[in-house]
Amino acid sequence: MFEIFSLPFMQRALAAGIMVAFLSSYYGVFVVQRGLGFLGNGLAHAAFGGVALGLLLNREPLWIAMPFTVMVSLAITLVKHRTRLATDTIIGVFFAISMAAGIIFLSLKRDYSVYAFAYLFGSILAVTRTDLLVTGLMVLLALLVLPLWKRWAYATFDRDLALADRVPVVLDEYLLSALLAVTVVVAVKVVGIVLISAFLVIPAAAARLVVNRFITMTWLSIIFGTTSAACGLWGSYQLDIPSGAAVVILQAAIFLLCVFIAPLLRRLRREQVGS
Amino acid sequence: MHAVRSENLFLRYNGNPVLEDITCCIQEGEFIAVLGPNGAGKTALLKVILGLARAGSGQIRVFERDPRKVPAAWIGYVPQIKTLDRGFPAITLELVISGIRQAWTGSVSRADRQKAIAALAQVDAAHLAERPVNQLSGGELQRIYLARSLAREPRLVLLDEPATGIDTVGQSDFYKVLNDYRQRTGATVIMVTHDWEVASDKAFRVMILNRRLISFGAPGEALCEECLENAYQKKGLPIRRPAGAPSNV
Repeated sequence: MFEIFSLPFMQRALAAGIMVAFLSSYYGVFVVQRGLGFLGNGLAHAAFGGVALGLLLNREPLWIAMPFTVMVSLAITLVKHRTRLATDTIIGVFFAISMAAGIIFLSLKRDYSVYAFAYLFGSILAVTRTDLLVTGLMVLLALLVLPLWKRWAYATFDRDLALADRVPVVLDEYLLSALLAVTVVVAVKVVGIVLISAFLVIPAAAARLVVNRFITMTWLSIIFGTTSAACGLWGSYQLDIPSGAAVVILQAAIFLLCVFIAPLLRRLRREQVGS
Repeated sequence: MHAVRSENLFLRYNGNPVLEDITCCIQEGEFIAVLGPNGAGKTALLKVILGLARAGSGQIRVFERDPRKVPAAWIGYVPQIKTLDRGFPAITLELVISGIRQAWTGSVSRADRQKAIAALAQVDAAHLAERPVNQLSGGELQRIYLARSLAREPRLVLLDEPATGIDTVGQSDFYKVLNDYRQRTGATVIMVTHDWEVASDKAFRVMILNRRLISFGAPGEALCEECLENAYQKKGLPIRRPAGAPSNV
């Protein structure tokens, strides 16, 4: 049943899928609680602009998309700090600019369609050693900055209280933006531009439905994300369907399950508190 | 020592004046009530004291320091509860511990738990320790925010409309806890309120703002008819004057 994971390309796919799921479901809890669900989409489309530029310049798209997306993400944060525009509006503006730039870059390149489709829908089975190495480094970085969870969580709960307690909230917002951008870029190869926001939003949103503490939400989001990545990948191979879409469908099933069990859990907790 | 001292303080937000030419001194240990109509700059003043907003011109000192250089543990802040994100998954205990630790904590140690429960007991809310924040009433939240701010034993307590949503008995308990803390520690209290009666009953001095400082003094002086009419731009306000206070000072 699991012999498919003895195949080298499937091993790479599994490792990449689980690492990307870990990154996106960990950062996803901040995305969901800060009401930045649209950011995943925006950054994925910024990554598309970067990939297109990489293809135009005949360079490895990953190396161009990474700084390009980080710059877009930092620009979104900067404009958010400098103006009174709603975050979704700012993301929408940069989303459109990046897409427009990407389309222009691709139009200047003749043989783009195959590559572009690979990035639009992801190709987890075509993950290279370099992709794995970069994703692994991003996981390592996420683990290194794990102590910042306390600060990010505090500012997510109440930005003003965190600022009053001298938490470097603004610096943290730029840092989180950059880390999110990098995560989206490494995820785009695996999941595809179209589906990356699901990886960021669904596991965290599902976890939020059934827990009452942010730390539990963080752990549960990671469990939902990584489990659905592993199971989805296996299912996609068995059913011969695209892997990214299979993972997202599985995430959606977990989300729906949480929607139904959330009221039961709330009632149970109320009874516990009452007794 | 002055807890807060400002000289010709001006603050603008998005190009609009929020505070204009505020000069005042607040001594350590005082209980100050800040009144004024909506948009008068009351919350903005608290934010300048907290170091969250930067004065455009003029000067403000908190314990003779730049507000941004005052140790966070010296200030206890009770924000307006309407700013609370009720969608954030947290239980009461975590909210109080964030006030003690000045960070959000993943795990709750026994020592932190004991401190937080003791702080909650002060406001008669120990039984709410495990309750999710989104299931608390407005009044319960206000009491918990007070417990949170006092748990760190601050030298300066800033409260922004703290009694909103609390019933009359609860308000009396709330102010008793606050006053007991002030008397026990000698802390300074600055409270933004819309309640003139509370201001005249509880505060040593009352500050009336409408972007500018309209009046600042003992309740009987600051809450004069002319001052309030000036601040609220309305005549015939229903003023309950403290005993012995003149009608116009």
